[in-house]
Amino acid sequence: MDLQGEDLISIADLSEPAIHHILREAKALVPAARGEESLDLLKGRILATLFFEASTRTRLSFESAMQRLGGGVLGFGLVEGSSVTKGETLADTVKMVEAYADAIVLRHPQEGAARLAAEFSTKPVINAGDGAGQHPTQTLLDLFTIWDEKGTLEGNQVVLLGDLKYGRTVHSLAYALALLGSDLTMVAPPTLRMPKEILERVEEFGGKPEETESLSEAIQAADVLYVTRIQKERFPDAQEYQRVAGSYRIDLRVLRDAKKDLIILHPLPRVTEIAPEVDRTPHALYFRQAFNGVPIRMALLNLILGGVA
Amino acid sequence: MALKVLRILGIGEEVSSTVSAVMHVPSGKQKWKDIVKVEDRELSPREVDKIALLAPEATINIIRNYAVAEKYRVKIPEVARGILRCGNPSCITNGNEPLESEFLVRSHDPLRLDCKYCERELGDVAAHLL
Repeated sequence: MDLQGEDLISIADLSEPAIHHILREAKALVPAARGEESLDLLKGRILATLFFEASTRTRLSFESAMQRLGGGVLGFGLVEGSSVTKGETLADTVKMVEAYADAIVLRHPQEGAARLAAEFSTKPVINAGDGAGQHPTQTLLDLFTIWDEKGTLEGNQVVLLGDLKYGRTVHSLAYALALLGSDLTMVAPPTLRMPKEILERVEEFGGKPEETESLSEAIQAADVLYVTRIQKERFPDAQEYQRVAGSYRIDLRVLRDAKKDLIILHPLPRVTEIAPEVDRTPHALYFRQAFNGVPIRMALLNLILGGVA
Repeated sequence: MALKVLRILGIGEEVSSTVSAVMHVPSGKQKWKDIVKVEDRELSPREVDKIALLAPEATINIIRNYAVAEKYRVKIPEVARGILRCGNPSCITNGNEPLESEFLVRSHDPLRLDCKYCERELGDVAAHLL
């Protein structure tokens, strides 16, 4: 499975064997991601992280991953102070940066930005989120968390809950889970249901997603519950938001009928959708999920930049 | 349809050669059709692609010296480059980047096109022709 020199723009760029290969590589890198082992697989290599939008987890975990592999990092986290504020095109920024680094990680508010960057760069480009578009490394770390805990990605009953309309992470996750043989149930308020176009794509990837508004029904059969944030700004009035957000809140009462080995994931940051009391249950995997961003990005960087394990 | 084709060809009120447009003519194959005749003009490949996206059943006749020199059915291109604008206002192709839009044909019938960059499906093809 050769990913050396390849871009990663969309989860659809990866085949099923490629995804499994990345997950296995990530598993082997967990001790180094924790700092228990020291590696210099990418010594002398430089990663450029270009974040045109604010990010905490994604940027820090990419930088941690590169440094854990012995490589160096440069870049910016805010466009203020960069030449972008002077009106430079993304194409020009990328052509300049590729001269300084061996690979580029890009987050940008406009959809398709990473695909454009990949066309203008001779160095590999990794998409770290393009507007409401793709965020493939988030999908990979979600898959890794499920696979690592459940031992397989096949046959799991996965419930996707919350804002399934605008939440970019759930769209690519839904494609990937369908491709890898999980059963999907979508639980969302009527105004935030997964768009028809995305559901059709999930079916093209081999999935037969079910849709319901009833969380209590869906949760009983669930092996994995993936919760996303319902954003206040999506609602015309505050009362309607309170009503909807309240009916999809995960707390101990909601979990009463859940399977013992149900795992709960969340891309974070959360607001009120998961009660803090859930953090103390064995169901809560969202903080480990956030850590998993490091080994999964280490695996990717190592495969793309050609370090030898 | 005739008026949309005229728009694709950039034919407005001011013309230097004769342009004829006939609308809603009975047709054996498709019940009815529109006919556009433009004198002193041959179509560029880009114009032909645009017509194919708008009217996949269209036929183009090239007449030279009063005789039909060429006659062919338009063909939907596999990739539509630089002839459509992405309907997603947040798509990078709608900014000031030095690139042409590009759409991949996901299905011919019904015609469905996806933006290569933002991966969104284009809703109304006719409304997004450049």
